[in-house]
Amino acid sequence: MIQRTSGNGSGRYSQPDRNGHFGPYGGQYAPETLMPALAELEQTYRKLRRDKAFNRELNNLLSEYVGRATPLYHAARLTAQLGGAKIYLKREDLCHTGAHKINNTVGQVLMAKYMGKPRVIAETGAGQHGVATATVAAMLGLECEVYMGTEDMERQALNVYRMRLLGAKCTGVHHGSRTLKDAISEAMRDWTTNVRTTHYVLGSVLGCHPYPMIVRDFQSVIGREARKQILKAEGRLPDLLVACVGGGSNAIGLFHAFIPDQGVDMLGVEAGGYGVESGKHAARFAGGTLGVLQGTCTYLLQNDHGQINLTHSVSAGLDYAAVGPEHAWLREQGRSRYCHITDDEAMAAFDTLARVEGIIPALESAHAVAQVIKEAPRLGKNKIIICNLSGRGDKDVYQVARMRGLQVT
Amino acid sequence: MTQRIDNAFRAARKAGRKVLIPYVMAGDPDLATTLALIPALQRAGADIIELGIPFSDPIADGPVILRAAMRALAHDTSLDDVLKLAARVRAACDVPMVFMSYYNPIHHYGVERFVRDAVAAGVDGVIVPDLPPEEGHELIVAARAAGLATIFLLAPTSDETRIRKVSRQATGFVYYVSLTGITGAGHANAQDVATHLTAIRAHTNKPIAVGFGISTPEQARQMGQFADGVIVGSALVKEIETGVEKGRQGDALVRTATDFVARLRQGLDGGGPGH
Repeated sequence: MIQRTSGNGSGRYSQPDRNGHFGPYGGQYAPETLMPALAELEQTYRKLRRDKAFNRELNNLLSEYVGRATPLYHAARLTAQLGGAKIYLKREDLCHTGAHKINNTVGQVLMAKYMGKPRVIAETGAGQHGVATATVAAMLGLECEVYMGTEDMERQALNVYRMRLLGAKCTGVHHGSRTLKDAISEAMRDWTTNVRTTHYVLGSVLGCHPYPMIVRDFQSVIGREARKQILKAEGRLPDLLVACVGGGSNAIGLFHAFIPDQGVDMLGVEAGGYGVESGKHAARFAGGTLGVLQGTCTYLLQNDHGQINLTHSVSAGLDYAAVGPEHAWLREQGRSRYCHITDDEAMAAFDTLARVEGIIPALESAHAVAQVIKEAPRLGKNKIIICNLSGRGDKDVYQVARMRGLQVT
Repeated sequence: MTQRIDNAFRAARKAGRKVLIPYVMAGDPDLATTLALIPALQRAGADIIELGIPFSDPIADGPVILRAAMRALAHDTSLDDVLKLAARVRAACDVPMVFMSYYNPIHHYGVERFVRDAVAAGVDGVIVPDLPPEEGHELIVAARAAGLATIFLLAPTSDETRIRKVSRQATGFVYYVSLTGITGAGHANAQDVATHLTAIRAHTNKPIAVGFGISTPEQARQMGQFADGVIVGSALVKEIETGVEKGRQGDALVRTATDFVARLRQGLDGGGPGH
């Protein structure tokens, strides 16, 4: 049921529509002050996407600075231990700065430079997107300020210091839930105030159009590589893709190239927190309803009066009340499915991957691994799973130790 | 009804004065105060009342309005509550009332149901800061049919194409955001505002009210030279906040607000302190 562009017969997926909608989702629910900037951003993006010099510079940075292509690693011991489908890990954790986030920030900060904006701002939850923005801003010589909820700053103190080392200003946001949601609002306020000189580097497939499209396109390199790599390694496409979904940028990045491949099942993993029944989670599809938050129409966790609920996840990067609008659309089309994993299950998977494969995953990515641990034994040995290992767990080591009552200094 | 707003601008024009639109957050610090406040503000010189619906994530608002929303949400002030409040206000006085709400509470309530209930409660218009006309089709259609004004915003960044598009969809009045920023962010530059209002007036005859960045009687007077109306939000909400912090409540808190609005009225009319 995927929409196809008419006329060219190539069966190409072409979302969003001209006005930034994915069916009933997405859109541009923005203050008037930002509307001209959003239009300028879209125009610039559409031009640069076809610009040879821009693409040459972007591709060069992706290979020489980010370290792409990332490996598609066959997790042989994990496969053997689970006794089912063959498991491959797409190693986004090996990107410079330790997560997939930099695929997008390289693209967007480079765009800011082409647009002549001397300053970039960003929001961050786990701190990975903040670090990735600060990193590229340093490399391209732009001023950078990152907004971060004070609750997250506490959970991810290491990333706060990394941003400062990189020359960025990390500004604490201490209202609301003091997490990602509030950091996004504060970044939008900054952008509304400084829109003439500043580009807002949004970190996920969220917010007003054109952001969900731009971030997806910059992240879709993950799936393009993975598709080639699996065809080379196995001579066929995988049966299942698994990725964690906060806003959903690493998931859409992996899924996008496979959307026309109807035989490839796509599964997004949301944060189940203490369990959906507890009300303390970030499983928007399981516990949410349609609404409009921070510029986009999508599934949200909200109360009976349309106020946004506080969310909970052990991983700051999944701790957000809304899901990217394209995920809502793909789900409605029956093209992708979504499930959730609790904090405890993610923590167990964190340990498993460390001990069985020698890879410490980010707590976000551990949610995807936990789902693979459930799926693999259910699928036959002749099946293939690709799991997006979106980030590495270095940033989470202190938090995990603390949760286990250990002191690491 | 749009009619009550139109009348307010017409009456002011006839009397040679400008429309004063104070903003208060419904339920800040409680609904009983808001109920007493609105008729009192009218008596103090307000022509239209902008009534904020609290929302958990107000992206276009600065810290003052954000804190007011948090105070109102601390006791779960909901859109239903504010609609009931509006009906009680309407039974007591005829001041035009305009809701200012982010889109999600309205979307969640149901757009058509909201328009119907708002009109039944005597609400005259609605401002939705995160709903540009491009996304506003459902609200515009329902509001037109029911006679509820849809007040859209223009900003210093709006170019001619947007000025045309936005002012065409606005009813009641056009809300001009006087500075590039969020509510309560600073001081609007009178000359910039004058230039932009001239550009807007080239495309519309609708009344224009200026808001964001107006906090003193003198600024109100300055803006009144170019605009048909002046909106004062953060500065008034700040007065109420200070009153709350000093332990004022009931009549004393209402008086804090009305004293301030009376001074704005004087300033806007070209007299009083600072002139």
